[in-house]
Amino acid sequence: MNRQISRVALLALVLLSALVVATTYWQTWASGGLAARQDNEIQRVAQFEIKRGVIYASDGHTVLATNVRRKRAGQTLYFRVYPTHGFASQTVGYSTQSRSRAGIEREENSYLTASNKTLGTIFDTLGDRLRGATITGNNLVLTLRVGVQKLAQSLLAGKCGAAVALNPKTGAVYAMASSPTYDPNLIEKPRGYAQIQQTRAPCTPAAPLLNRATQGLYPPGSTFKTVTAAAALDDGVFTPQSTFYDPGYCTEYGKQVKNALDQSGGAEAFGHVNFVDAYVHSINAVFCMIGQKIGAGRVLDQAKKFGFYSTPPLETPSDARSPSALYNHGRPFDPKDPAAQVDPGRLAFGQERMLVTPLQMALVAAAIANNGKVPVPRLVKEVRSPGGGVIAKLHPRTWKQATKPETAAAIKDMMVGVVQRGTGTAAQIPGVIVAGKTGTAELSANSRNYDAWFIFFAPAENPVVAGAVVVENQPNGFGGAIAAPIAKQIMQAILPQASNSKSGTNGH
Amino acid sequence: MTSARNKELAYLIAVSGLTAVGFASVYIARQAVVSWGSLSYAGLFVALYLTAHLIARRTVPNADPYLLPMAGFLTAIGLTEIYRLGPTDAFKQGLWIVVGLALFAAALIGLRRDYRVLESYKYLFGLGAIALLYLPRVPGLGTTVNGARLWVHVGGLQFQPGELAKISLVVFLAAYLREKREVLAQGRLKDLGPLLLIWGGAMLVLVATNDMGSGILYFGIFLAMLYIATARLSYVIGGVLLFAVGGYVASEKVAHIQERVTVWLSPWTTHKVFCPLTGGYALRQDCQGYQIVKSLYSIANGGWLGTGLGKGTFTTTDGRQLIPYVNTDFIFSALSQELGLIGASALLLVFMLFVARGMKIALQVDDGFSKLLAAGLTFGFALQTFIIVGGIVRLIPLTGITLPFVSYGGSSVVANFLVLAGLLLVSHRANTQ
Repeated sequence: MNRQISRVALLALVLLSALVVATTYWQTWASGGLAARQDNEIQRVAQFEIKRGVIYASDGHTVLATNVRRKRAGQTLYFRVYPTHGFASQTVGYSTQSRSRAGIEREENSYLTASNKTLGTIFDTLGDRLRGATITGNNLVLTLRVGVQKLAQSLLAGKCGAAVALNPKTGAVYAMASSPTYDPNLIEKPRGYAQIQQTRAPCTPAAPLLNRATQGLYPPGSTFKTVTAAAALDDGVFTPQSTFYDPGYCTEYGKQVKNALDQSGGAEAFGHVNFVDAYVHSINAVFCMIGQKIGAGRVLDQAKKFGFYSTPPLETPSDARSPSALYNHGRPFDPKDPAAQVDPGRLAFGQERMLVTPLQMALVAAAIANNGKVPVPRLVKEVRSPGGGVIAKLHPRTWKQATKPETAAAIKDMMVGVVQRGTGTAAQIPGVIVAGKTGTAELSANSRNYDAWFIFFAPAENPVVAGAVVVENQPNGFGGAIAAPIAKQIMQAILPQASNSKSGTNGH
Repeated sequence: MTSARNKELAYLIAVSGLTAVGFASVYIARQAVVSWGSLSYAGLFVALYLTAHLIARRTVPNADPYLLPMAGFLTAIGLTEIYRLGPTDAFKQGLWIVVGLALFAAALIGLRRDYRVLESYKYLFGLGAIALLYLPRVPGLGTTVNGARLWVHVGGLQFQPGELAKISLVVFLAAYLREKREVLAQGRLKDLGPLLLIWGGAMLVLVATNDMGSGILYFGIFLAMLYIATARLSYVIGGVLLFAVGGYVASEKVAHIQERVTVWLSPWTTHKVFCPLTGGYALRQDCQGYQIVKSLYSIANGGWLGTGLGKGTFTTTDGRQLIPYVNTDFIFSALSQELGLIGASALLLVFMLFVARGMKIALQVDDGFSKLLAAGLTFGFALQTFIIVGGIVRLIPLTGITLPFVSYGGSSVVANFLVLAGLLLVSHRANTQ
């Protein structure tokens, strides 16, 4: 019988060896894929044993996100609380068991859980592990300013829209507001998520979780003329003194595209104007002609130099940042033959199928303010270890060179003109030279509701703030009347007191 | 020849050291819930195994010195993990180990002269096996757990008689095949009668109790022993074909079995499918695939080195269990997470060594009954390990069955100590001749 017994023994050992092989497969080869699966709660739960870093506003002491300790089934777990109940919720995000993570909480997770790999942190966390001590994450100090962010949120309250204000040189974001907003503490509450989704707002869907500042896509309206102007001036095809005749309309494919309506209900017509006037008074017909002259391809190339068609860098998850671009069927559309595929006239004054994010338009304003250089926008000012040492600091960097410095200077003058004597007078601040551009974007041909835009920077001679404001779906909502006053208050909150009191001759 | 027993003692001391380290590790990782008193488990454990060792020294001095320490190692790992998952279950498991060792001692003492007396009671064992298997079907006694009717409740005690039925079946088959092996080898159909009868009876009971895992186990033991006795591969092939056809018919007819095969082939779905548990529609990983999927996540989370004993994740932040039946059917996925690939492979290696030693005993002993008994018990041990761990690592459809010596469960612990006693008795005989 021994021959048979040997064979059966061999079979038994082969079966058991197969188990070793299969276990090896799951623990090494397949391990990463399984860990990444959405329904794998283990990864999420393990994160709750870590005391995440605290997130502070730029003052370094206003707490935006911290932990409460709870004992569950013998384990000490740390749950997130957001003491400010909705301060820049879409930007700061949340870290929860039920809905995973979003915003900075997700993108900066490795800092917040101290799993970022530097030699020092590896030894620290290894030591913690061996001692069985709780791992404590690194703290973040954001660039967001408490007063400015709160003001921006309150100015947008009851509306749908977004506001971004940043330092045009360093890229430090002072305010990033998206309305409607939500209280991130609700997410872990029973039915809290449903409650958030049922938020009422004057737009559909209300989508309070959407970060409109970075992923809201809006037609830019006349703010896009800034990009067209940069294209036209950068090549030297036009100068600020170039003259045009505005008949009140522009002929596109044999049809008249009229200027915006004046108070009497007819299309405004300005007659003989120069480039500066056309920008200051936002004359569609002239920009239509400029677009036709330089071509859609040139305008789109210029847009790309400002960052269009790429996802702007920021410390939020990349899927919460949309590229600004021409859109076709919900996707960015980069035409192979722009001359044949894109209407240059309508593109030049910001209609066509161009969709932009408030962040991108803030970066356009920042580039003009910053001698043509687009800064890398940043939300994290400092990363501090639990002991208080600074691990990482914001280093100002340039993302793109959008225009020649001279072009930026010329457009800056035009933007100052907009606020001094054009469509954006509502943004004037006594004692400060403010630069801006209004935008009033048609939502559809037969709608009387518009998205109201204002992009801005100040003080013009040495800008410390640049930004963009958009308010959605406003009946007869001209950018100059609705968005510019909001921008004005945001700028006032950021500008140093000295420049507010300084007597100026240029302010109106 | 006490040198074998001295070896055994040395290995047991090593295992005791490991046990102490294991409990200390759980204690350090979970100080919040675990007290110093927990370390008394390690002490109790050492005392129990030293007692077992002393009994073996008196009754089976020449038996294999590796089996008892290996069983000790497996029980220790199991008890440590059960303790880590829930201290109250560990207390009960500790009590069952006491009962198991008592029966182990009783078997060694009672059968120390000649265990071959069992041969003469073979039909009693055959009928006993069927009676034990049928017990859960008796109204008022059995309960259905997880779709299969396997448990017997008497008073506050619950018991899975299938584990004991397995041993009865091996004893019966060893005795019967020893007697009939020559005639069976000639392949005359009428001699197969009683065998087919026993097999048919067992299969019927299994269909009635809905327990595919035990079905494969009993049938596998039956085929292996039949092959060892007759050396006729055609029996094995015929048997496998028969089982395949039976299995196919069953999977078409019995929803429970069909479901397990579907879940095995695709535990994840990207769209919602019908979920028989709720009657609605859900992703399969949220419905029938839930157990296997959560278990795989647990294994994968272990990686190469594991999270460390006591540091694995088995509950959600609101205290809900992530893996159902984690200390019985799924104890391997818990251990894999905490001990990693290194630990899980080491554990499987101990199982392989145990099987190798068992088979060596079968090769060494010279009488047919002892050979069949040792080989049958060992193969059953190996196949049971393969069925449960293979199901957990998705090699085969998942069926609920315990991991020998490691899983939580009284009947399993008791039955495995009887297997151990049987192997030691045969080994002693082999080495004494």
